[in-house]
Amino acid sequence: MKPVYVAGAGMTKFGRSEWSLMKLASVASLAALHHADLGEIPVDSVVVANMGAARVNKQTALGSALVDQLALYPAMAEAVENGPASGASAFKVGCQAIASGMADVVLVTGVERMRVVNGLEGTDFVASLSQPDVEYIYGVTLPSLAGMFARLFMDRFGVERKHLAMIAIKNHENGTKNPYAHIQQTVTMEGILTAPEAVVNNPPIAEPLHLFDCCPVSDGAASVVLVSGEVAARLGGPRVRVAGIGQATDTHAVHEREDPTDLKAVRIASEKAFSMAGVKPDGVDVVELHDAFTILEIAESEASGFFERGEAHGAVERGETRLEGRLPINPSGGLKAKGHPVGATGVAQLVELVWQLRGEAEARQVRDAKVAYACNFGGFGNNVVATVLRREEK
Amino acid sequence: MANISELEASLRPPAMDMPPYPPKVITLASGEEMVVREVERDEVPILLEAIYALLWVERDFYDIVAARLFGELLAYKRYRVKDEYVLVGLIDGVLAGMVNGRLVDGKTGMSYHTLTIRRGLRVGSHLFAAKMEYHIEHCGQEEVLIVAESPIGFRRWMIEYPLEKRFEVQHELGGVPSWVLPSQTYYNAKPRLVAGRRPVPDELMHGAETIVLPAEEIVVRQVAGEKEGKE
Repeated sequence: MKPVYVAGAGMTKFGRSEWSLMKLASVASLAALHHADLGEIPVDSVVVANMGAARVNKQTALGSALVDQLALYPAMAEAVENGPASGASAFKVGCQAIASGMADVVLVTGVERMRVVNGLEGTDFVASLSQPDVEYIYGVTLPSLAGMFARLFMDRFGVERKHLAMIAIKNHENGTKNPYAHIQQTVTMEGILTAPEAVVNNPPIAEPLHLFDCCPVSDGAASVVLVSGEVAARLGGPRVRVAGIGQATDTHAVHEREDPTDLKAVRIASEKAFSMAGVKPDGVDVVELHDAFTILEIAESEASGFFERGEAHGAVERGETRLEGRLPINPSGGLKAKGHPVGATGVAQLVELVWQLRGEAEARQVRDAKVAYACNFGGFGNNVVATVLRREEK
Repeated sequence: MANISELEASLRPPAMDMPPYPPKVITLASGEEMVVREVERDEVPILLEAIYALLWVERDFYDIVAARLFGELLAYKRYRVKDEYVLVGLIDGVLAGMVNGRLVDGKTGMSYHTLTIRRGLRVGSHLFAAKMEYHIEHCGQEEVLIVAESPIGFRRWMIEYPLEKRFEVQHELGGVPSWVLPSQTYYNAKPRLVAGRRPVPDELMHGAETIVLPAEEIVVRQVAGEKEGKE
């Protein structure tokens, strides 16, 4: 396989946008192209990640639409829909195009505009990724799945609500340092858990998960420019190499898993990514995890190999995953604070890591970051893409 | 011919004795302390200034709420609404939101509007709850008539409490179907929706004596969010 590099990264501010779907995608794409500074080098292919445009925005064929918006003809174009893992899946498709020699420059853009529908419809749209015959038909939603998962995980490993609150507090704090984050508001243990008022401030959503355990519903777009080694050699700026990608699947229905607390697809995807990259989890400097719910940051950090099972919440308590800790997790604010425009999320995780590896993350910069890891968690863990990026000195 | 002050007095509605709203303090999710207190008539102009910036914000129906609240507060200041009251939420003295309503009679209250300036911390929920607390607990009323003019309001009041339909009663805000919060429903909801501590410590109360407005730009940004994405 030919080596693949990320030459540019950009995104829109996540939140509630009045821009159209394609304007969001275009702005993020232009930011990434500007960052890559390709000059006269043409874009060979465009891959757009999205989950719900056909349903909530009444728009399909987003790859061709983005090519047209940016006048990138006659670039190849396609869209990737893979639930919440659409972003990293599209990134993988772009990498495959370069690794195979089919393309030298690929623009990968994730976009979602889901605040255009009300909360009930948005929740139903996301729930459509669940197993139709044994989950969705009974009214399962993603918060309810996460609630059941959290209950089991907390019971088995001694995780308490204070640990979930610590994740929220950390990620909200990181989000205040990220101008692209949906939520830029710190929260405190007192305000969301221990004060009498916390009952009102932080109401239950799906016990034991409360409001501040859940990510917001966001609009937004994120984009990266992938290039071949030949093109990378012609460009300026630091070089970020795609060191490893792993993907794995698991049963569609969560209850069919032998151990529902074992995020097997995360484990296998990360093992593949680390193997391809030739690094081990302890060689990673900065991590972006798919914390759609606070419990998932704890569970994914274990399944990805950063902590033994049942030990991540202790690390959280010791501050090891804070920005200045031993292993900073979600310096961007994560889905929890940065936001979760579903199709854009996987790309946005990688945008953050590219900025971190290039030393461009400003107030949330992790010192001397050279190796980075992202986990994009699709479905409820039934389709996961893990990615390892590495900074290379020219 | 009556002199002008007598004429002016005749234009004012007869007032009932209304108990004062005892101030309370609420710890928000951010850890900040919000003092909720009643507003005097001479404080209305500064509230009008805050509301003025929101008259053209369409998002979440802030425009209609702001326009109506502007009129209601002006009417309160100029003695043109019977038995109205206004409560504000102040964080370090800075206006975070406001609510108002009035007493229809001894038994029935009427909620007018809830306007949140500092969003994302359930300030509106806290202030609405304070308004219900005033009617039911401090004025001893049996029920409060309520309408919602935005989907957010509908979720917060009609669904969360939950309220009962009282469509046959015409609410003063117009043709919007009226709902009602009976006192028993209020007390049922109180443990999960009504928060706050009394008395307010002197230092906090002192900091809440003067209402400070956030900058107009900040008010509009907090309410409307980033209108467009950051490039």
